[in-house]
Amino acid sequence: MSDASAVKVSKKDFASDQEVRWCPGCGDYAILNQVQRVMTEIGVARENLVFISGIGCSSRFPYYMNTYGFHSIHGRAPAIATGLKVTRPELQVWVVTGDGDALSIGGNHLIHVLRRNVDLKILLFNNRIYGLTKGQYSPTSEPGKVTKSTPVGSPDYPFDPIAIALGAEASFVARSIDVDAKHLHDVLLRAHAHKGAAFVEILQNCNVFNDGAWADLTEKTTKADSQLLLEHGKPLVFGKNRDRGIRLNARLEPEVVQLGDGVSEADLIVYDEHNAALAYLLSRLEPPQFPTPIGVFLAVPKPTYEQRVAEQLASAREKLGEGDVDQLLHGGDTWTVRG
Amino acid sequence: MTVPPPAEAETAKKLEERESVVIRFAGDSGDGMQLTGMQFTTESALAGNDVGTLPDFPAEIRAPAGTLAGVSAFQVNFASQEVFTPGDDVDVLVAMNPAALRTNVGDLKSGGILIVNTEAFTEQNLQRAGYAKNPLDDGSLARHQLFKVDVTKLTLNALQDLGLSNREALRCKNFFALGLISWLYHRPIDSTEHWIKSKFKKTPELVEANLRALHAGFNYGETTELFAVSYEVRPAPIAPGFYRNITGNSATAMGFVAASRKAGLPLFLGSYPITPASDILHELSGYKHFGVTTFQAEDEIAAAGAALGAAFGGSIGITTSSGPGMNLKMETIGLAVMVELPMVIVDIQRAGPSTGMPTKTEQADLLQVMYGRHGESPVPIIAAMTASDCFLAAFEAVRLAIKYMTPVILLTDGYLANGAEPWLVPKFSELPDVPVRFRTDPQGFFPYLRDEETLARPWVRPGTPGLEHRIGGLSKEHITGNVSYSPANHEQMVRIRARKIAGIAREIPPTPVGGAAEGDVLVVGWGGTYGAIAAAVKDLCARGKSVGHVHLRYLNPLPPDLPDILSRFKKILVPELNLGQLVKILRAEFLVDAIGMNKIQGRPFKVSELVTRVQRLLDA
Repeated sequence: MSDASAVKVSKKDFASDQEVRWCPGCGDYAILNQVQRVMTEIGVARENLVFISGIGCSSRFPYYMNTYGFHSIHGRAPAIATGLKVTRPELQVWVVTGDGDALSIGGNHLIHVLRRNVDLKILLFNNRIYGLTKGQYSPTSEPGKVTKSTPVGSPDYPFDPIAIALGAEASFVARSIDVDAKHLHDVLLRAHAHKGAAFVEILQNCNVFNDGAWADLTEKTTKADSQLLLEHGKPLVFGKNRDRGIRLNARLEPEVVQLGDGVSEADLIVYDEHNAALAYLLSRLEPPQFPTPIGVFLAVPKPTYEQRVAEQLASAREKLGEGDVDQLLHGGDTWTVRG
Repeated sequence: MTVPPPAEAETAKKLEERESVVIRFAGDSGDGMQLTGMQFTTESALAGNDVGTLPDFPAEIRAPAGTLAGVSAFQVNFASQEVFTPGDDVDVLVAMNPAALRTNVGDLKSGGILIVNTEAFTEQNLQRAGYAKNPLDDGSLARHQLFKVDVTKLTLNALQDLGLSNREALRCKNFFALGLISWLYHRPIDSTEHWIKSKFKKTPELVEANLRALHAGFNYGETTELFAVSYEVRPAPIAPGFYRNITGNSATAMGFVAASRKAGLPLFLGSYPITPASDILHELSGYKHFGVTTFQAEDEIAAAGAALGAAFGGSIGITTSSGPGMNLKMETIGLAVMVELPMVIVDIQRAGPSTGMPTKTEQADLLQVMYGRHGESPVPIIAAMTASDCFLAAFEAVRLAIKYMTPVILLTDGYLANGAEPWLVPKFSELPDVPVRFRTDPQGFFPYLRDEETLARPWVRPGTPGLEHRIGGLSKEHITGNVSYSPANHEQMVRIRARKIAGIAREIPPTPVGGAAEGDVLVVGWGGTYGAIAAAVKDLCARGKSVGHVHLRYLNPLPPDLPDILSRFKKILVPELNLGQLVKILRAEFLVDAIGMNKIQGRPFKVSELVTRVQRLLDA
């Protein structure tokens, strides 16, 4: 909701008085900074903002926001946020979670909150490691990952958060990077503007337990060749010299092509953020064969869960009138015993 | 063809009077015995009797037809005096097939009336029920009054010109049985006629068919020479007022609606389907015009979490479940204790552990809800005593949750949940107030600055300007609510929360003592055993024994007058449908030599079992 009366607010207005206690150099600082900045731009009064988190490093987030906040249970933030949003649709509710919180212990809640399309802004900080418990592999860790709990390498296969969100029928799915300030800023604004469950994976660096997990995507020298920027209506071009692109071959498989020499931008996939099938196709692109897609994968309009619930309540009242307790208690088969 | 109205109860046959009668309808799961029993209960209540019921159905929706596992039964006790229980032994058994006979005939009194549907006693059905010989022919039922009625054929005959399929027509045979029993006990059948008309209003041929079956059964009793005697049970002396039949789950649902209205707050139920709790979800989902939101969550955990989220937002957050689901909710209840938000968790106990016997009753979750959480996390626990009492118990749970800003656990059980009894319907205006004060003033606000009397922290709705704050599972500093790892602060907060819950004892009303106020034996019970214990104690007192009865509504904290009451009796007996849970608490809390009496069979106590046990204590 927007507040016409809102006076000019600054980032400081959204910083709580609590000392931020992430490790120095943690990617979470950059995200907090960007979220606080975005809060100054969306025109929602502080009291109407709620941040709900689970457990993990990322989930300390609400303590640092001068809004309403709830640091809850490992994996359960989507459930708690659903109860709040359904009963208080006028509030804007953000969920902050991590790869362990959202995809491991809370996997069930994540897919169902997306499926229902509850209007929540869900920020998943993906650092491919358990940080708060001091370095065990997570559901997004690469195969063979050597960690404290997997001294000879993890036997697990990971899954991809974007593919999960798309599979769970999310209506808004995006990916950004902690240190890519401008891009993260814009994606957060898009998430805010979306009416429905907005899922944002933020690639985040844990400099203590998994430093450099996304280095190829953030280092100046490799960034341009490793990132594939998704922009609605534009061809999929990437590379330092913007001379490579993604094309669908005859078997409908994406392939990297060099522009020029008979291949032009017209041959490339033109991105369409309303196309769920295309979004899924792109979610499967992984290094080293492919660059990593960044941006809005999918944004489709869909009535929200709380809207449909509210409509049912309103139509029941219209049909039956406001409930009367005495009438309710006196229903069924009744009889009177005379004194 | 129009159906002739049933003959008036005016009859040349012999009429005998009975004070109380226990009937059990038993058949295959598909035979409609639950419906038959419920309708007969309504007829009896309308006839002015007091009633008590015990539905007993299998966990399988449709176990293979004719098998012992597929037997579904409904027992009703109706009397011209106060009824406390569904009755111990059965006066009348209606057995629709051999399996129903086999599983239930053991409870039929010697000389009791046994009505069987002869058509179902086929070779195949006898074999499925494990009978080597047909019990109808081998004299094994000689100690009962056996009435062989071909219910199936008589029903089909009554419906033959309606053009129904055989399958449709056969489904009406429970109404034939109901008609017959209604005649036998002079029940008015207009309520059942009314029910049939409204239930099948979209298919007039089924209205006609079921009415015909009902009337055919009634008329059969009247005209056949098989039945020489019919019975009358006079109205019971019941307090005047407006009555309805109610099950425990309905009463629980309505108690929440009433409390939400009194509080002026919307009700939110988060729930995941589980027997025997699902009916509360079903019922509340029909109360949208009361502002009730029901959320069928993805699991038990999310159901509890969403209820807590709703409570955070200023709604009344409820979650309902049974034992296994309670395990899953405990983590959330721990968080609710920590963040001190009001919510109500209902545990409709069933026979466990694990899936156990999900449609059968038990009281074995008391220690779970009392102690089954991590850390020091005391919560108030309230137990409903009868089906209709679930209404007030649910109401009280909400009131306490809001007043003390705490999760409250409400215990009911499968017996209360599905059992029905007449309920003197209260007036909304006469129910207690449920005051709610949301904090709105930023001046001097701190999230954990407590009310001096109740020790409750303020409830703030997000959206209130100037009161933005953060709550969470980490230990919080006294008053400010900032994250704190201070050892002394942690202990202080744990102790304050314990004091807050213990302080609820201040407002627990004096504990009523049934029977003798002091003397030889005090029977202490809780939950759904109320009826059986009350009846047993009444019986013992009528025979001059010095026996008292205390039934605990408040299990945590316990009533402050309890030690005094316990001290007034020589012996204390604690009957429970578990291996001895309340008795452990009483022994631990009060250092009394309380004795347990335990039954874990998925069935309630019989009055006779209780009487015998108390008698043994008196004799010892």
